[in-house]
Amino acid sequence: MTDLTSLTLAEARDALKKKEITSVELTGAYLKEMEAAGALNAYVTVTAEKAMEMARASDAKLQKGEGGPLEGVPLGIKDLFCTKDVQTTACSHILEGFVPPYESTVTANLWRDGAVMLGKLNNDEFAMGSSNETSHYGAVVNPWRRQGSDAKLVPGGSSGGSSAAVAARLCAAATATDTGGSIRQPAAFTGTVGLKPTYGRCSRWGIVAFASSLDQAGPIARDVRDAAIMLRSMAGHDAKDTTSVDRLVPDYEAALAGGVKGLSVGIPKEYRVEGMPKEIDDLWTRGIEWLKAAGATVKEVSLPHTKYALPTYYIVAPAECSSNLARYDGVRYGLRVEGRDVTEMYENTRAAGFGAEVKRRILMGTYVLSAGYYDAYYLKAQKLRTLIARDFTEAFSEVDVLLTPTAPSAAFAIGEKTDDPLSMYLNDVFTVTVNLAGLPGISVPAGLSGEGLPLGLQLIGRTFDEETLLRAARAIEEAAEFTAAPGAWWRA
Amino acid sequence: MSEFESTMRQREPRAEDLIKGQTGDWEVILGLEVHAQITSKAKLFSGSSTTFGAEQNTQVSLVDAAMPGMLPVINRFCVEQAIRTGLGLKAKINLRSVFDRKNYFYPDLPQGYQISQFKHPIVGEGEVLLDMADGRVVTVGIERLHLEQDAGKSLHDQHPAMSFVDLNRSGVALMEIVSRPDMRSADEAKAYVNKLRTILRYLGTCDGNMEEGSLRADVNVSVRKVGSPLGTRCEIKNVNSIRFIGQAIDYEARRQIEILEDGGKIDQETRLFDPKTGETRSMRSKEEAHDYRYFPDPDLLPLEFTQELVDGIKASLPELPDNKKARLIAEYGLSPYDATVLIGEAARADYFEAVAKGRDAKLAANWVTGELFGALNREGHSIEETPVTAKQLGELIDLISDETISGRIAKQVFDSMYKTGRDPAKIVQEEGLQQVTDFGAIEAAIDAIIAANPDKVEQTKVKPQLAGWFVGQVMKSTSGKANPQVVNEILARKLGLSSDG
Repeated sequence: MTDLTSLTLAEARDALKKKEITSVELTGAYLKEMEAAGALNAYVTVTAEKAMEMARASDAKLQKGEGGPLEGVPLGIKDLFCTKDVQTTACSHILEGFVPPYESTVTANLWRDGAVMLGKLNNDEFAMGSSNETSHYGAVVNPWRRQGSDAKLVPGGSSGGSSAAVAARLCAAATATDTGGSIRQPAAFTGTVGLKPTYGRCSRWGIVAFASSLDQAGPIARDVRDAAIMLRSMAGHDAKDTTSVDRLVPDYEAALAGGVKGLSVGIPKEYRVEGMPKEIDDLWTRGIEWLKAAGATVKEVSLPHTKYALPTYYIVAPAECSSNLARYDGVRYGLRVEGRDVTEMYENTRAAGFGAEVKRRILMGTYVLSAGYYDAYYLKAQKLRTLIARDFTEAFSEVDVLLTPTAPSAAFAIGEKTDDPLSMYLNDVFTVTVNLAGLPGISVPAGLSGEGLPLGLQLIGRTFDEETLLRAARAIEEAAEFTAAPGAWWRA
Repeated sequence: MSEFESTMRQREPRAEDLIKGQTGDWEVILGLEVHAQITSKAKLFSGSSTTFGAEQNTQVSLVDAAMPGMLPVINRFCVEQAIRTGLGLKAKINLRSVFDRKNYFYPDLPQGYQISQFKHPIVGEGEVLLDMADGRVVTVGIERLHLEQDAGKSLHDQHPAMSFVDLNRSGVALMEIVSRPDMRSADEAKAYVNKLRTILRYLGTCDGNMEEGSLRADVNVSVRKVGSPLGTRCEIKNVNSIRFIGQAIDYEARRQIEILEDGGKIDQETRLFDPKTGETRSMRSKEEAHDYRYFPDPDLLPLEFTQELVDGIKASLPELPDNKKARLIAEYGLSPYDATVLIGEAARADYFEAVAKGRDAKLAANWVTGELFGALNREGHSIEETPVTAKQLGELIDLISDETISGRIAKQVFDSMYKTGRDPAKIVQEEGLQQVTDFGAIEAAIDAIIAANPDKVEQTKVKPQLAGWFVGQVMKSTSGKANPQVVNEILARKLGLSSDG
């Protein structure tokens, strides 16, 4: 084997099981690729020693014919997941130097199943962003470039390190989190598969919180099968997170074989937004045809409250974040900038520790929860959230999955939207509804833009019906035959 | 009429409760918010221990320290304790309640918010009956009881330039019990805290230990001219003894009356009571009041439980103070006063019942509330620490009833029992304290005294009251053991007096 990093997670897993390759070889190959990919800025921490140590332990098990479902498979971990004895910062200055004495439940599940940790992946600061430009450690660069251009593009966000690393083959797969689209949109921008599970499917324990009622962990992977394999290991009930749900974790990989014959697919008419580029619209139409061709029936459905989703999201998420981020006060861990008294210490610490986007959201959130504004903003947003969720419930009484574009455009250039937060927020228009309703959603690469950039289609499923979602995603994947890959321009 | 006013009990003002001012009589309106620490091994949302007095920062979990990514998990036992307390306050139990975040920055508040219950508390309206010293029973409405986390403790005296934080208390479960503004005097407020404490201790839901901070009160005070609308109130924070509650109210009511009588107006504010000066001082004004930005905690699902759970807890409740009081009055014929004294602590009432069983209840009540409680108070002992068991005190009463010893000697025996823990019969026997009813022996003693004091005998014939002198002499010569009744009878005969004089 010459190019170990070209193996999908499933292929690597099988080759490891058959002892055709070793985890030490595979892990070594990834570490080498990572070293050569500094230009992408995908990793903020590389845990090479730990990786090789874990790989050796996996090989010992594999040699004896033992090991878990992910034994020896090297993964990248979004820096939002607390990892024991490995610095975890959520890519914020305020958490610089913070080394958790504990391991998040999701990553602990992955290690339990034998996975190997390569390092921590870059993300938007506290997962607040749609382009991975708000990270304290600098922007991540998308491995993809427009045809004939070497302009640096964003990999999407907030899980931009995860999407870039998977697209550039700097890991077999990556963990990510999704609060308003942070798994699906970066997946769409990088030609990868991003799966946001149902709220409660994965434990949030040990994941740095952004907006607790919306945050959900999930994988970014090279294909649908890999995403299914990852989710099975990540998911599960956790007594330490009372919002996680005690339901059996199915064999998602096995569900892929199901096909879409007889499946009813809904096309929400409200997602045909004004100003949507024609190539996105065309891609959507192609997706419909593919599913029809694979035996699904397609019908138009209505989600009438869709237009309120973005404003609702940008009230609920900042409100929760303003409270969740109050703990970063310089008292117990992370950054402290001294002041004359405790109030000034708070002010200095938080002024220096948080970036502009995080501050903007804390301010918005504080505002919408304030006396006199609570009813007009937060309470109204909660009511709308209920209506948005009800739209989906009604749609799912008619259809099994929904098909939409993932994002309204292909990847944009670094710096293109940083001065215009509103246009940045508009990137989440197709994804936030799913978080507000707590549903599972997946983005599958479905084609290239006119400029040669990947575009994704999103499927949305019923709560805890990731199996149907994955079946439909597999059908799109098979039909799309997306095989394009970015040129490895970043190799040093 | 304000919402506050519409929910308070209408009470005729009593002259004794009014405070005389320069311009007339003032009525004091009082409402209390009591923070009671739930008796539980673990904290409200983490498994950390709650033991008082542990070394600083040794009872702190990752959740209590608000490390990144940590999540609260509700302690079901604390929920049951709150339900138990609600039932003890005869209150409505809400099968669905919601935890909210109360947001503010303080170094001993690691999360930057306190998890509390704002709009939907676990317990709704109830009531507490106050047993006043004059026998009145005053009803105080309970508005609500909700669950919340305690904060840690800031230590400002450990270092000249720095403050330290101890998080042992961070996350400990509290019940905030909010009364209606139904009290009209410091005595009523004190009686309220006393009664609430008694109820909590009966239920085993809070140890009521005010020195350790297990029970603290915020006191809302306002004054008004009789018949006028409610005045502006001030809240005195965190008063931690019943005596201080009385002092704080007295001072604060006077302060407000003085301001109003000087033509000023009361600013709604939060005040602190300083036990050193006995005064209250401003902590923060209404303008400086925090905007707590309450909203439902998204980390916690609404708290839901079944009526069956509530019914099960209800069935396991102990006899509550009011019921016990009524029963002691009915069953033992006690006065309401004695009954009130006895029910202050369940163990005291139990002690009394053990003593009174099969004996003269009134005599038992006198011995328990008089001699025993007197000695316990003097020595600073709790009822659990009594050196005299109920069985022993009962035996002592038996010795009085069967005339083995006199009441006077019994007190001497009791003192000896308290000091040594010995059985009364043993003390009486070993110290030869049996009452002498032997006519011959008493007569011989009397004859000797009469023979030695012929002048007194003559005087007594004129002034019969002097017979008392002879009684004293007889008692002295018999070391107090002579049966006083027998002494009286023989003396009367010998001195030619009527014995029933």
